[in-house]
Amino acid sequence: MLDDFFVRALVAGVGLAITAGPLGCFVVWRRMAYFGDTMAHSALLGVALSLLMDFNLLISVFLVAAAVSLLMLLLQKRGTLSTDALLGILSHATLAIGLVLVSFMTWVRIDLVGFLFGDILAVTRADVDLVWGGGILVLFAIVWMWRPLIASTVNPELAEAEGLQPERARLAFMLLMALVIAIAMKIVGILLITSLLIIPAATARRFSTSPEIMAVLASVIGALAVVGGLFGSLKFDTPSGPSIVVAALGLFVLSLLTKPRTGTTQQPAMGQGGQA
Amino acid sequence: MLQTPTKTVPPLVSLGGVGVRRQGRWLVRGVEFSIAPGEIVTLIGPNGSGKSTTAKAAIGVLKADEGRVERKAGLKVGYVPQKLAIDWTMPLTVDRLMTLTSPLKGAEIDAALSATGIRHLARAEVQHLSGGEFQRALLARAIARKPDLLVLDEPVQGVDFSGEIALYDLIKTIRNTTGCGILLISHDLHVVMAETDTVICLNGHVCCRGTPEAVSQSPEYLRLFGARAGQTLAFYNHDHDHTHLPDGRVQHADGSITDDCRPGDGHHTQVLPSGKAGPMRIVHTHGPNCGCGLDHGPAPAGQAGEARDA
Repeated sequence: MLDDFFVRALVAGVGLAITAGPLGCFVVWRRMAYFGDTMAHSALLGVALSLLMDFNLLISVFLVAAAVSLLMLLLQKRGTLSTDALLGILSHATLAIGLVLVSFMTWVRIDLVGFLFGDILAVTRADVDLVWGGGILVLFAIVWMWRPLIASTVNPELAEAEGLQPERARLAFMLLMALVIAIAMKIVGILLITSLLIIPAATARRFSTSPEIMAVLASVIGALAVVGGLFGSLKFDTPSGPSIVVAALGLFVLSLLTKPRTGTTQQPAMGQGGQA
Repeated sequence: MLQTPTKTVPPLVSLGGVGVRRQGRWLVRGVEFSIAPGEIVTLIGPNGSGKSTTAKAAIGVLKADEGRVERKAGLKVGYVPQKLAIDWTMPLTVDRLMTLTSPLKGAEIDAALSATGIRHLARAEVQHLSGGEFQRALLARAIARKPDLLVLDEPVQGVDFSGEIALYDLIKTIRNTTGCGILLISHDLHVVMAETDTVICLNGHVCCRGTPEAVSQSPEYLRLFGARAGQTLAFYNHDHDHTHLPDGRVQHADGSITDDCRPGDGHHTQVLPSGKAGPMRIVHTHGPNCGCGLDHGPAPAGQAGEARDA
């Protein structure tokens, strides 16, 4: 079944969407969309370094993304510039350095467009294994750390006071982000990774009554976007990565048209039954 | 007050000479106090005086840069922070909020919500609650996990006067039924919970400390606040021996000016137990755990002693 390139693309894309769902919820809750974008942009620097040093691509992207997130934390603590200015600097600096480095390496042929916008139709059997293996690892870690992650998202000091370790949860979250970025790069591309994290989560919010429901729904909505986007890309002969993002956006716009389950009622307990 | 600490009970938390410094500036310095099971300590002071910082240092959220903080091993804290903004993007019902930091049984959640009078809001989203309802939800969350020490940072903010009385009554009931220690931060400089055992007035350091004076003893105040409030609220009479200058320095009664002010810095003259008015007068009930950090001297038996500044 996995012999067909389209089936491989579907399986890999759905696997990534399921992984990105819960993680994307945290990105939205913690207001870290731009932070995620910065980490994703740094992936190109990881690609360039991997080529330069002839090192495993996935590992070097993961390491660079993780290093950039740690650097952000350090710079934030020093408090000289505002966070969004720092993110703006790091985000574009790492992308630019990556592009410059790549252009220096005239001896390697590199599919820059593939890295920037993804090439899901070219995923190999090994890529599928990687997406699912990495995805299961990420999901397992999130489930395992769920309570400290949620509590420190609501209020780190509260979590700390009551015996949870918010700093550790935050660090783990950063590493998981870096891992997902490394896995997702080939599928949706560096420039579009954050959209696969944020849009399904934002869509899920309107139909959720608990963080847990929102995390699961985000996975489902992301998977729907992948399937819709890939079939759309096949039908209209459009690039697959951007098509997935457009499909996700379509679902988000549809969700805006539906009557929200929550959000306007004062007391959802009153006559608000039904499925989420 | 049945819960008054006895000699055999070790304190839940005790602070000695605690100071916290951020960006080269002391937020608070020389803080001494301890909280025993069943004891209520209220921190008061102007904005930015280090009340929240002190509370956070006591429960280990902030690391003290000097001094010592000792907590009972395995101390279980219930914390109501001063500011808690829950982003709209997170769907969170009151029910779900209860189990934020530890798993609880349904009956425990029900009991805490009933005690705070918001059981009917169990399925409401926290973002839709009014200020008072949200404070009650936070309090319910903190007590549901049956803490040894309850730390309440301005729990009556955004609550009207009768709601404030009701919340203080509730806090008193919690203390009486569970016997937990309570560290309360009050936004009001003069009116504190009547059940408070020790009031500590902070302004970068401990300005003064003592016991509140019952409102119910004063007929004028009773007329002003009503009989119910009279049982719940109490007045605190400040007794400062120094002035805070606009630049943050401290002018002592002897006219000298220093960057900060701590007991034993030589600017506080000794007061005799006779009660003769002196520059520094620290009046409170001394005990082995009073934590005032001062040499108590021979306090008159059965009376509030007057501490001597060593």
